[in-house]
Amino acid sequence: MGRVKAKPGPLARRPDNSAFKQQRLPAWSPMLTANTVLPFFYFMALICMLLGVWLLLTVQSTREMKLDYTEAGTCDRCFEMRKNVSNAGEGCSCKAVFSLEKPFKGDVFFYYGLKNFHQNLRRYMDSRDDGQMVGRKTNLKNPSSYCSPFIRDQNGLPIAPCGAVANSIFNDTFTLFHHDSSGKSFKVPLLRRGITWYTDKNVKFRNPKVDNLTLAQVFQGTVKPLYWQRPVYELDQADPTNNGFINDDLIVWMREAAFPNFKKLYGVLYRADEHFTQGLPAGSYSIEINYNFPVQHFRGRKEVVLTTLTWFGGQNHFLPIAYLVTSSLILLIAVTLTVVWWKFGKNGKNMEE
Amino acid sequence: MHTHRQAPFFFLSVYSCFIFASCVSAEEERRVRANDREYNEKFQYASNCIMTSKYNIITFLPVNLFEQFQEVANTYFLFLLILQLIPQISSLSWFTTIVPLALVLTITAVKDATDDYVMDANLTYRIYFQADLLLLSSSEPHGLCYIETAELDGETNMKVRQSVSVTSELGDQNNLSSFNGEVVCEPPNNKLDRFCGTLYWRDKKYTLTNQNMLLRGCVLRNTEACYGLVIFAGPDTKLMQNSGRTKFKRTSIDRLMNTLVLWIFGFLVCMGVILAIGNAVWEREVGSLFQSYLPWDPPVDNFLFNAFLSFWSYVIILNTVVPISLYVSVEVIRLGHSYFINWDQHMFCSQCNTAAEARTTTLNEELGQVEYIFSDKTGTLTQNIMSFNKCSINGQTFGKCTLKHRHVYSRTYLDFCFYDDTLLESVKVGDLHTQEFFRLLSLCHTVMSEEKSEGELVYKAQSPDEGALVTAARNFGFVFRSRTPGTISTTEMGRPATYTLLAILDFNNIRKRMSVIVRNAEGRIRLYCKGADTVLLERLHPCNQELTNITSDHLNEYAADGLRTLALAYRDLTEDEWEAWSESHRCADKATDCREDRLAAAYEQIEQDMMLLGATAIEDKLQEGVPETIAVLSLANIKIWVLTGDKQGEMHPLLQQLSGAAHALEADMETEFLSTACACKAVICCRVTPLQKAQVVELIKKHKKAVTLAIGDGANDVSMIKSAHIGVGISGQEGIQAVLASDYSFSQFRFLQRLLLVHGRWSYLRMCRFLCYFFYKNFAFTMVHFWFGFFCGFSAQTVYDQYFITLYNIVYTSLPVLAMGIFDQDVPDHRSLEYPKLYEPGQLNLLFNKKEFFICIAQGIYTSVVLFFVPYAVLSDASQSNGVPLADYQTFAVTTATALVIVVSVQIALDTGFWTVINHVCVWGSLGSYFTIMFALHSQSLFRIFPNQFHFVGSAQSTLLQPVVWLTIALATAICIVPVLAFRFLKLDLKPQLSDTKRKPVGRSVGGAWRGTGSVSEGRLGARGGSRRSGYAFAHQEGFGELITSGKNMRLSSMALASFASRHSSGWIDTLRRKKHTSAQHLGGVQSSTQLCLWVSSSTLKLLLCSGRLTRYTY
Repeated sequence: MGRVKAKPGPLARRPDNSAFKQQRLPAWSPMLTANTVLPFFYFMALICMLLGVWLLLTVQSTREMKLDYTEAGTCDRCFEMRKNVSNAGEGCSCKAVFSLEKPFKGDVFFYYGLKNFHQNLRRYMDSRDDGQMVGRKTNLKNPSSYCSPFIRDQNGLPIAPCGAVANSIFNDTFTLFHHDSSGKSFKVPLLRRGITWYTDKNVKFRNPKVDNLTLAQVFQGTVKPLYWQRPVYELDQADPTNNGFINDDLIVWMREAAFPNFKKLYGVLYRADEHFTQGLPAGSYSIEINYNFPVQHFRGRKEVVLTTLTWFGGQNHFLPIAYLVTSSLILLIAVTLTVVWWKFGKNGKNMEE
Repeated sequence: MHTHRQAPFFFLSVYSCFIFASCVSAEEERRVRANDREYNEKFQYASNCIMTSKYNIITFLPVNLFEQFQEVANTYFLFLLILQLIPQISSLSWFTTIVPLALVLTITAVKDATDDYVMDANLTYRIYFQADLLLLSSSEPHGLCYIETAELDGETNMKVRQSVSVTSELGDQNNLSSFNGEVVCEPPNNKLDRFCGTLYWRDKKYTLTNQNMLLRGCVLRNTEACYGLVIFAGPDTKLMQNSGRTKFKRTSIDRLMNTLVLWIFGFLVCMGVILAIGNAVWEREVGSLFQSYLPWDPPVDNFLFNAFLSFWSYVIILNTVVPISLYVSVEVIRLGHSYFINWDQHMFCSQCNTAAEARTTTLNEELGQVEYIFSDKTGTLTQNIMSFNKCSINGQTFGKCTLKHRHVYSRTYLDFCFYDDTLLESVKVGDLHTQEFFRLLSLCHTVMSEEKSEGELVYKAQSPDEGALVTAARNFGFVFRSRTPGTISTTEMGRPATYTLLAILDFNNIRKRMSVIVRNAEGRIRLYCKGADTVLLERLHPCNQELTNITSDHLNEYAADGLRTLALAYRDLTEDEWEAWSESHRCADKATDCREDRLAAAYEQIEQDMMLLGATAIEDKLQEGVPETIAVLSLANIKIWVLTGDKQGEMHPLLQQLSGAAHALEADMETEFLSTACACKAVICCRVTPLQKAQVVELIKKHKKAVTLAIGDGANDVSMIKSAHIGVGISGQEGIQAVLASDYSFSQFRFLQRLLLVHGRWSYLRMCRFLCYFFYKNFAFTMVHFWFGFFCGFSAQTVYDQYFITLYNIVYTSLPVLAMGIFDQDVPDHRSLEYPKLYEPGQLNLLFNKKEFFICIAQGIYTSVVLFFVPYAVLSDASQSNGVPLADYQTFAVTTATALVIVVSVQIALDTGFWTVINHVCVWGSLGSYFTIMFALHSQSLFRIFPNQFHFVGSAQSTLLQPVVWLTIALATAICIVPVLAFRFLKLDLKPQLSDTKRKPVGRSVGGAWRGTGSVSEGRLGARGGSRRSGYAFAHQEGFGELITSGKNMRLSSMALASFASRHSSGWIDTLRRKKHTSAQHLGGVQSSTQLCLWVSSSTLKLLLCSGRLTRYTY
C-alpha cells in the first residue's frame, strides 16, 4: 500500500490532515442515560397503550360469523359422496343454515375458508406459470416446466392454466338467502367482482391476445386442468368478460395463502338492493352450496365467513391485545429500570467518583 | 545514504537466475568450482532467485480462484451452488448464492492482486551482498574487507574479513577469470558465526573459515571493491536460513470465527435434520393425503426420500446463517483500519519522512489484544547515538543534565552538545589535569581519521562510544588528526603535536580496558589507559585513594543516570621500564602457544600503578518517547521483553561455543525459564541469536496462549517478527529486511502506543461489535424460515422473496454494519492513551468470545421468533379495507422482510456509538435502498419482461399501503428492541465499563489513570538506585589495535562514513530501567517495574534474576 505523493519537501509523504483520514469526523455519540432511556420507555408504554385501546375499540365494532359447513346441515351427504373420487364428475348441492343475532351493518364481506390446505408448500407454490397467465402465447401452448407435474395431459396437450395451484382451484359455489321473520326468503346479492388486487386483475393476469377470435378459439389446443369441470374460458357463465385468466375467482385462488388455514374473498354484499342497504339484518340465513371441493382426504375443513370491516380489517383481536400486553410489559420494565436506577445506579456513580 | 561505489560482487556468480531451485535432499557437502558453470549446474543448487510475487497476469485468475476455493467457506458455497442446481432440492434460485459468491470472490481477488503488486514493488530496495560469498580478493591490501553485519546478526560494529592469502593476490579480473579453485564445504545451514570448508587450488588445500565469508545481508564498508565466489545463493544463504519460515498469520478472532462457523455449520445441520424429520412425519401424515393436489415427484417414491431431499433443501435455505459475506466484510473492515493506520499523522515521522504502514491488512484487531511485546533494542529503543554527556576530572564533575536536548534526532554522533562552560574554561586556562584528560581521549583509541577536505575530519570508529569520546576531545581542542602505524598526529589547543605510538594494548572482553603507550615530542613515554572502572580502579597507584573515592562517587552518579561510564588513567614510564616491557611483549607476541594468555599477562604487567585522571559518561540515547511509551504500555498490562543480540558481560568461552544459532531451547528448562520470566514485569534477554529470538516468542505463544508482538529494525529481528502474532518493523532506517518481514512498520518506537492503544483497540472493538451484529442479523434473518417450516409442511418454502434473500446480506444490511465496523469509536483516541486500562478488555478477550456469540445468537433467534409469529398472528386474520385478506404469501413475505430490515436497522443504530455522516448515509441509505429496490423489483415493467421471475408484482405497493402492516412492523420492532435496550441500560447502570464512563469529556482525576506524558527527566535525577558501571567493558570489542600497529590497514577510502551508525551499547538497559522506574514513581501508586530478568545464554539457560534495585550485574 505504498503511497506516492507529488508533494515536495521532507513532509512529502505526510498523510493528509483531513478529518476523515484522521478519524476526526464530527460525530454524534449517543449514550444510554437515564434521562433518555427512562422517558423513552414510559413514552413507548403510553403510545402502545393508546394504540391498543383504540384498536380494541375499533375491533369491538366489527361483526363476524363463521360457519364450518364441511358436514353441516345437509352437506354431510355431499361430504360422504366426495370421499369417492369416482363421483367427482357428479354435482352435489346442500344447504347450511345459520342466524345472525345482531345485524351486520355496513359492507359485509363473504369469505370461504379452508383449513389444513397447504397452499404454501414449496413445490405447490412453484407449480404455476405466470408467463402463461399473463397471456403469452408461447407459454399457453408450451407451459413452463415449473408447472410440473401438471403441464400436459395424457395426450400431450398443454394444460391451461397449468400447474398444481390452478388445478386445485376451490370450486364450491354459494348462494346466500335471508329468511325474515315472516318466513319470506330473499336472495342476498353478492358482488363477485373487484375481489382481487388491482395489479393482479390488471397486470398479472391477462388473457392471450384475442384479436378477432373468441376466447374459446384462443384456448384451442389446450385442455382444462385435470380437476376442473369447465375450461378456463367458461368459468363465469354469467359474465363473459370474467372469463379466461382474468376470472376473479381464479385470480383469488392463484394468490396463494401463507398458512394452511386461510380464507379467501368470495363476494361483497351488494347494498344497492333495498333490503340490504344497511347491511345484513339480524335473522336466520341459509346457504345453498354447490359442494364440489373434496377436503376429507387431506382432513381439511371448509367454512364460510361473513364479516364487517373497519379500516384495519376484520375482527382481529390479536393486534390490540398484543399492543396492550406490550404496553404493560414496557411499563413494567420502565418501572423496574427506574427503581434499579434510583436504588443502585446512583451508588454506582458514587463509587466511580 | 549509501554512496559507496557499487563493486562487482557477482563477477563470479556461478548460478544463473533462471535455474530454479530444486530440492537437494540431504545435501551432505557442497562443491563449487569457480568459473565452471557446467560443473556447478550438475548439483542443481538453489539459484539466487527468490520469488515473492505469487502471480503473473496469466496465472492470476486460475491460481487465485484455486486458492480462494481452498478456503473452506468458499468451497462450502460452491457446494451449495451445485446443490441448488438439482431441481428436486433447489429451494432457492441459483443466483441467490452465485451473486454473493461472485461478489466475494471478486473483492478478494482484487485485494489479492493489489497486495501482490505492492509486495512485488517493494522488493528492490537496497543493495547488500545478495549471496553468501567466499572472499577472494579486495581492493584493500592483504585481501582485507570491512563489512557491517547489523542486518544479519544485530551486531553493529564493523567487522573485518580477510581472503585466503593465495587468492588475495589474484587482483584483477583477468586473473580471476582464470581462477579455477574448487570449494568443498558444509551444506547450507543457519549458523551465522561458523563456516567450515576447504579450497582446493593448484593441488593445494586451504582451510576456509567464517573469516573468509561475506554473508548475504552484509554491507561493504571502507572497501572499494571485492571479489567473491558465490557459495550459497537464494534460499540457501545463511540469512534466508535464519529468517524462519514465513507463516500465514491469522488472528485469534479469525480462529474463533472459524470455530464458530463450524459450530454454526453444525447448528445448520441440526436444524436441517429437525426439519427433515418434521418433513418425514408431515409427508407421511398429511402430504401423502395431499397427493391428489400435489403428487410426489416421480423419483420420489416415499416420504423418507422426500425428507432426505428436504434436508438438503433446508441446508440451502438456512445457509445464510453461515454468512458468505462474513469473510469479505471482515477483510474490508480490516482494510479500512489499515488505511487509517497509514493515514495517521500521529504516526508520521517528519524527520525521516515516513508514515506508518500496515503491510498486512489481516491482523488489525489483534493489535487490540497484545499481551507481550518483544522488542529489539538497538535501533528500536535506542537511537544509536552516543553522546559525551558528563565527565569527572580530577575529582571535579562537569556536565549538566542535558536531557532537555535529548530529543535531537540525528544519525551521526557529530552533533555535539555538552552544556557546561566551566569545563571549556578549565581547558582554556590550561588546567593540566583537564588537558591530560582530553589528551588521553585523543590518543587512546583505535579510531581512524580521514581528512576529506581542509579542516573537515571524519572519524571512523569501531564503536560509537569511541567515536563520541574522540569527538569530545576534538571539541575541547585536542584534535586527533591522523595516524600512521608508528605515530599519532594531533592538534592540541591549536598547536600540532606528533606522538610516537609505541604500543597499543588492545581491548578485549576479559581485560575490559585498552591502553596506548606513546612517546611525546619531548621523549617522555606515557601509558594512557581507559577502561571499565571495576578493572581500572584496582590498578591505580595507592596514592590515588582519595581521588578514587570521589571519582567513584561520580561514577555511581553517572551510572544511576543510566550513562555508560569509563575511567581514565595514565602512567609515566621510564625508558628502562619501557625497554624491559617491550622485550617481554615481543616475546609474548612471538610465542606460538598460548599467545593470547602471554600477551594478556604482558599487558597486565605494565598496566599497574596508574594515576587516575577521571571518568567519562556517555549517554546512549533512547529514542524519543521510549520511556513514556513503555510506561503507558505497561499500564495497559502489556509485558515488555527485550531480546537483544548485544553482549552482556564476559564472553565466556563455553557460552560462546554453545550459543550457536541452531540450539533449540532445551525442553526441561523451558518451564523454568517461563515461570521465572513471567513473574517479572519486564524481561531482558541478551545475546540472543535471531533464531533464539523466534524461539522465545514461540515459547510464549505456546505456553501462555497470549498475543505477542515483536518489534525490531534489523534482519536479525526477522525471525522474531515472523513468528510473533504481529511483527512490527522500524522503518526509515538502513535496514529494510525487518520491514519487509513485518506486518506493520513505522519509524519510531513511540508510535507503538498509538498503534496498540488507539488503532488496535478500536480495531478490536469494531471487529467485535461487527461480528456480534453480523451473527445476530443473519440468525434473525434465517431462523424465520425455520419457524415457517412448521406451517408449510417442512417443504423448504422460504419466507422471503428470493431477491430479498440475495440482497439482504450484500445490500440491505451490509453498509451500516461496515460503516460501524470501520468508523466506530467508543472513546476518543486521546482517552485511550490517557487511560491505558481501556486496553484490557481486548487482552481478556471480553468483547467477542463464545459467550458473547451465544448471546448474539440468542438475540437473533428471539428476533426471528418475533418476526415470524407477530406477522403470522396479525396477518392470518387481517384484511385490507376492501376485504381482500392479508394472509397471502406475498403480503406475509413483504411484511416480514420489511419488519426484519427495520428491526436490524434499529439494532445497528443502537450498536453504533459514533454517528458520523457516513453512518447516517449508510443506515438511512440502506433503508431507502431496501424500499427502492423492493418497489423496483415488484414493478410492472420488470414483471412484463420476466413474468416468472418477478411474480411479486404489486406486492410492495399493496402491502405497504395497509396501516395494519405498519402496526405489525411497529409492534415487532418494539418487542425486539425494548428488551435489548433495557438490558443495555441495566448493564450500563449497574456494571459500567471503563469505556462507558470515559466517553464524555468530563471526568477529572480518576484513580489509576496516568495522565499526560509528564517530564520524566525530573524524576530521573531524584531517584538514584544502584550503581551500574562500565558500560564500556560490555560495549567494546576487540578493535583494530592489531591492525593499526601491523600497518596493514592505513588506508581509508572515501566512503560515506556519516551513514555508518554503529549500534552498540548496553548502558541503555539501565537507562531504560531507570526511566521506567522513575516514570513509575511519577505515576504514584502504580507498581513499579523494576524487576529485571537477565538471560545470559539460552543454551545453558543461566538465569539471573535481579529483583528490585539492581546493584551490579554479576556473573
